[in-house]
Amino acid sequence: MNSNRLFNILVPLISVLIGLFAGALIMLGFGYNPITGYVALWNGAFGDLYYFGETIRQVTPYILTGLAVAFAFRTGLFNIGAEGQVIVGWLAAVWVGTTIEAPMYIHLPLAIIAAAAAGALWGFIPGLLKATRGVHEVIITIMLNYTALYSANAIVRNVLSDNEDKTPDVAATASLASEWFQNMTFFSRMHYGIFIALFAAVIMWFLIERTTIGYELKSVGFNQHASKYAGMSVKRNIILSMVIAGAFAGMAGSMEGLGTFGYMSVQSGFNNLGFDGIAVALLGANTALGVVLAALLFGTLKVGALNMPTEAGVPTELVDIIIALIIFFVASSYIIRWVILRFKKEEK
Amino acid sequence: MDYVVEMLNIRKEFPGVVANDNVTLQLKKGEIHALLGENGAGKSTLMNVLFGLYAPEKGQIRVNGEEAKITDPNVANELGIGMVHQHFMLVEPFTVTQNIILGSEPTTFGKINLRKAEQEVQALSDRYGLKVDATARIRDISVGMQQRVEILKTLYRGAEVLIFDEPTAVLTPQEITELMQIMNALTDEGKSIILITHKLKEIMEISERCTVIRKGRGIDTVNVADTSVTELASLMVGRDVSFEVEKRPSEPEETVLKVRDLVVKDSRKVEMVKGMNLEVRAGEIVGVAGVDGNGQSELIEAITGLQKSESGNILVRDKEITNLSPRKVTESGIGHIPQDRHKYGLVLDYTIGENMVLQTYYKKPYSKYKILNKKEIYKKANALIEEYDVRTPSAYTKASALSGGNQQKAIIGREVDRSPDLLIAAQPTRGLDVGAIEFIHKRLIEERDKGKAVLLISFELDEILDVSDRIAVMFDGKNVAEVKPDETDENELGLLMAGSKKEKAGGK
Ligand SMILES: Nc1ncnc2c1ncn2[C@@H]1O[C@H](COP(=O)(O)OP(=O)(O)OP(=O)(O)O)[C@@H](O)[C@H]1O
Ligand SMILES: [Mg+2]
Repeated sequence: MNSNRLFNILVPLISVLIGLFAGALIMLGFGYNPITGYVALWNGAFGDLYYFGETIRQVTPYILTGLAVAFAFRTGLFNIGAEGQVIVGWLAAVWVGTTIEAPMYIHLPLAIIAAAAAGALWGFIPGLLKATRGVHEVIITIMLNYTALYSANAIVRNVLSDNEDKTPDVAATASLASEWFQNMTFFSRMHYGIFIALFAAVIMWFLIERTTIGYELKSVGFNQHASKYAGMSVKRNIILSMVIAGAFAGMAGSMEGLGTFGYMSVQSGFNNLGFDGIAVALLGANTALGVVLAALLFGTLKVGALNMPTEAGVPTELVDIIIALIIFFVASSYIIRWVILRFKKEEK
Repeated sequence: MDYVVEMLNIRKEFPGVVANDNVTLQLKKGEIHALLGENGAGKSTLMNVLFGLYAPEKGQIRVNGEEAKITDPNVANELGIGMVHQHFMLVEPFTVTQNIILGSEPTTFGKINLRKAEQEVQALSDRYGLKVDATARIRDISVGMQQRVEILKTLYRGAEVLIFDEPTAVLTPQEITELMQIMNALTDEGKSIILITHKLKEIMEISERCTVIRKGRGIDTVNVADTSVTELASLMVGRDVSFEVEKRPSEPEETVLKVRDLVVKDSRKVEMVKGMNLEVRAGEIVGVAGVDGNGQSELIEAITGLQKSESGNILVRDKEITNLSPRKVTESGIGHIPQDRHKYGLVLDYTIGENMVLQTYYKKPYSKYKILNKKEIYKKANALIEEYDVRTPSAYTKASALSGGNQQKAIIGREVDRSPDLLIAAQPTRGLDVGAIEFIHKRLIEERDKGKAVLLISFELDEILDVSDRIAVMFDGKNVAEVKPDETDENELGLLMAGSKKEKAGGK
């Protein structure tokens, strides 16, 4: 058990280092100094309080999408649909935030709950299809990502605005924006959502590790036959897992809609919060604490990278390659591990 | 000396356990060499070392007199060592041939030559009398046939030394006889065999020598001709083992289980139980004898709620439980030791502790307001581990790390401990050593004496005859005869199981 835990910590650490090293090689190959490059990255993420605030702002939804993928993973499901769940959550939050009038203690929770419910619904559909029809969740969630994207765009344009590219701002009573944080961080877009994300991580840990609900969900993920034998409802648990996962991702959408932006705009493509969530979950070994740490790393890379072109002259395309390399090494080591474990199980 | 394989002073440790400690095994060319030891003694581990799955901490392996470093199974293959695992490693939708050539496909210009492979496989099968159809799909053939495919796989890769890990545990008596013939055919051709089995009779019957290990330590290697079943048993356990099951006559009381005209289809929609009638009363053990595939599994699945029944009734203490969910069935007082422990009995990725509360986790004291009480769970687990002698480093060990027999003991402990009104035991002692079998049989009889009803399903006629108070013979999905164990014998049972009618009175 101990060696297992060590393994869980070592693998992601080594992968990150290899990724950074590969990134350095790329920079060298194209004639840039990797040290100045990485220093710029560091400064861009933590150089001053503004950057720090922006990093936290980016970490917030990553935690939630990471949880959405990790939660499903722990119960034997592959939730590729966090992307779509984020979008419907975002839409629901902004919808409630812009159309309802209520005092803050009702309005804000309501908007967040609406986002969670929308994400949960987007998880319920593949869960239901998997449980009753045996359709693989990966296929359905991928399709639902597109459904979410285009439906949300249509609604933003035609329902929530008058043929414009964005909705109005959400009411102040539904906003997560924090003047206090903004003042502290030279007007970064950091908002109160980080507390919600951290709280969600605690919830995930508690659900999975400490409750009978988590016991059933994991059991069904490991061995459906034994779970049925033990009197658990396999179908119910598959659906429940996707619903909870979807709710986490939906809440990630509300972080954007109520915090970072305060509105929703028409999106030309995916914003990758959900897809990055897959890498965050993998890097975090699908545990709540791991996801928080991995989200911190991803947020840092994402925000810090913005500083690399200006400070170190590394072109943005190269920055993207470097970030992708780091993700690649992190994810591939985990995917390989996951595949090995899967195969081992199936052999039996 | 012409030993084909020598394992000298092998030591293998796992975190918290020494699985092998100074074990020596020398295999002569052309012999069948038995490896005997209690559950968890380290037999599978020793063989996995030989097959290159585990690296030993100490010791030497010599193949044909030369020292060999077997770092992985491919090296073992090259050295001519093949292993037939207890849990088969076959790809279900593939054909026999496809499975056999997997990993070493013969190609002509980069294209797999399946036709040629099929001919080779078929020739190999015919040569050793395996009677395998090279073109059949794995999912369509019986467990016994699948095992032969595993044997063919090793032969196809040129194995000279074959390791069999508990091959007979999953076979019917008929299949066991055939396997013995196959083994003899193999040694006649100069192959050498290491055989792991808990059935002492089999060792006496087929092997020349036997190496005994106890708690990881090598005890002795004996010539089978110079020894006896009792001596082997006491060598292995370290004390005398009684083979007699002691029990008083049963005093059956009210009916607990009543099955009436039950019809059940299996997952492929084939009718397997075709109008079954059966009664089990409190204070008696009813044994169901029958050749595998005559509806026993489906009968149990229907009673326990794992499979819907088409028609008929199942009553427990006069309450209808037909087609109730498994949870409801469990709560109405039924315990079930499932036939397939990896499929149904355990969540292998869970710890032993978590597995011990598989049906009770949602109840007090194991949880309250849906919050698990780990302290109580592990307290219970430790008590069961102690009582049922489950050999594990701790209750926090994953179930998958336990030896097969100890996994079984854990399941039995869990089911018996709930003290259900009706205990269904399907092949409860499969894969257990003689000491553990003795213990389990005692526990079943104890449950009976406490006034519980016990339904025992077993392919081992010895077990059925020794333990049951009444025997129901199942043939073609029906209860065709009921006999008393002291009024019948293996021969008569064998005939009844094959479908011949019973003239004597006593049947249903
Ligand atoms: N992968 C593993 N990790 C940790 N411990 C293990 C592992 N495999 C086996 N063990 C331990 O090593 C010991 C020997 O196990 P092994 O499977 O060799 O027993 P066995 O003699 O084959 O028993 P059985 O007759 O029950 O199959 C046991 O205590 C078991 O718990
Ligand atoms: Mg074993």
